[in-house]
Amino acid sequence: MNHAREALRRLRGQNTVWTFLVLAVLVLVFSILRPNAFATVFEFRSIATESAILVLLAVGQTFVIVTAGIDLSVGSVLIFSGVVAVRTMNALDSGPHAGWGVIAAGTGAGLAAGLGWGALNGFLIAKAKVPPLIVTLGTLGMALGFGQILTHGIDIGNVPSALADTVGSGSVLGIPWLIVVAVLVVAAAASGLALTRFGRYTRAIGSNAEAAGRVGIRADRHLIKVYALSGLLAGLAGVLNLAHFSSTTLTSGTQDNLNAIAAVVLGGTSLFGGTGSVIGTVIGVFIPAVLESGFAILQVQSFWQTVAVGAVLVAAVYSDQLRRRRRQQA
Amino acid sequence: MPEPLLEARGLVKTYGQVEALSGANFAVYPGEVVALVGDNGAGKSTLVKTLVGAVTPDGGQILLDGRPTSFGSPRDAQALGIETVYQDLALAADLDAAANLFLGREQLRGGLLGALGVLDKRAMRDRAVEAFAELGVQLGDIGAPVATLSGGQRQSVAIARSVAWASRVVFMDEPTAALGVVQRGRVLDLVRRVRDRGVSVVLISHNMPEVLSVADRVEVLRLGRRVARFEAAETSLEELVAAMTGAMDGAPPNEENEGDAA
Repeated sequence: MNHAREALRRLRGQNTVWTFLVLAVLVLVFSILRPNAFATVFEFRSIATESAILVLLAVGQTFVIVTAGIDLSVGSVLIFSGVVAVRTMNALDSGPHAGWGVIAAGTGAGLAAGLGWGALNGFLIAKAKVPPLIVTLGTLGMALGFGQILTHGIDIGNVPSALADTVGSGSVLGIPWLIVVAVLVVAAAASGLALTRFGRYTRAIGSNAEAAGRVGIRADRHLIKVYALSGLLAGLAGVLNLAHFSSTTLTSGTQDNLNAIAAVVLGGTSLFGGTGSVIGTVIGVFIPAVLESGFAILQVQSFWQTVAVGAVLVAAVYSDQLRRRRRQQA
Repeated sequence: MPEPLLEARGLVKTYGQVEALSGANFAVYPGEVVALVGDNGAGKSTLVKTLVGAVTPDGGQILLDGRPTSFGSPRDAQALGIETVYQDLALAADLDAAANLFLGREQLRGGLLGALGVLDKRAMRDRAVEAFAELGVQLGDIGAPVATLSGGQRQSVAIARSVAWASRVVFMDEPTAALGVVQRGRVLDLVRRVRDRGVSVVLISHNMPEVLSVADRVEVLRLGRRVARFEAAETSLEELVAAMTGAMDGAPPNEENEGDAA
């Protein structure tokens, strides 16, 4: 029984539990206020669908922040990857009925583009020792700039309908494809961070990079992998974004990086590195999404959502600080 | 005396204009606690770094079991059973004690899960519990992040980690520097238990009473050379301090007639 009590105590000490309670309370309040509009399968499904792309960015961001880094470039990499994907597809077959081979090639190109930016981030951070904030601020500008150069700044909407109708807006067994992809990625990433050596090294490096180096962990190589993973997921998000909106959405996505970081922090991952959970991040994505949808249904100006999320974000980081300080005194 | 387990002969290391080691000798015998003492700048940390593979000497020899050897990296030294407990602990504070014990040496599950890099957390936890119990380290909640442990407990985890992997020698750099009286005593007990298990301990310390209470032998470094070696039981605080500061330079150090350079 001692084990159970210890486990419970540890659980209560984790930020994720509190974040989950906040989400549960929000859902409960909106459901009571507007049971017919909010507490419906349709509404929940649309919240989940609209959040799926951000979930992918935020999952990659979780790994990065656990290493005590930051990736500001994800929103731009998403756009760039979408551009590369659609340009590849159009180069192979510019008609609206391009086949799956073409779509697969475009998807591969989009993923590779994301992976490339991520690996570049990782290389500059781990090998050139440029701080993550600066490296990813630089690639944020470069990826978006190249995306605009490749399109001359005009959105490409020529997305094969086979892609848009299935992955973009279709469902499988009643579940939208976007949600299916997001769930699979979350499941893989959550186990990866919690159960594997990769996840443990990620936390060890975020906790004490020098200690990790002394026991023979190659922190530089690992950091490159982590940023490459974040880039790859941003590339995947770019392809999904392209499929969902049937457009390269050049002008949107400027807030994506901050939304992803906010979700990670809300989800209980420490900005100082060392601890974090993918499930927490998913909860962190849903809090702003639920607020936005709830406010819309209550006909409260949706701008309140950004105010509320900003305040909760500061509170989340403050409580993490408090927890760390208490721990140091112990 | 038996053959030294690990021995340094005439090690030289210069950093720019500064000669950190100018022909330093040092020896560790099997199953002993040997203290390495010296004033600041005497070359203690450089000597230790060369002996654990973190620094490559410019000249001189390192002998393991009487055979010349060289370490390209700390990993090489670790593979030969030589571990280090660093002054600043080098633990990952957010990970628990078991995770720290196995850091960089994780055990994976068998089969497909292992191929995917899935950790065998239970096996590592069980072995960690065993390792801590063997050394009498009491942690309470073994699943708690080491950041929540006391300074003494953290030091014990760091020592237990080194001992768990060291079959020959553990170097401990100021293991009690940041600790209170009670915790200091526990760590020193731990040092003795490590020796009693047959692993030699090299203790680097500024605290002379502590050195005299726990060490079997003392080797004194000054200005990059060994200037004296003592049996701890037959020496005094005054003698140690005199050797460290050079106050006994009038009396020639017994370095030349040791015969270990032959």
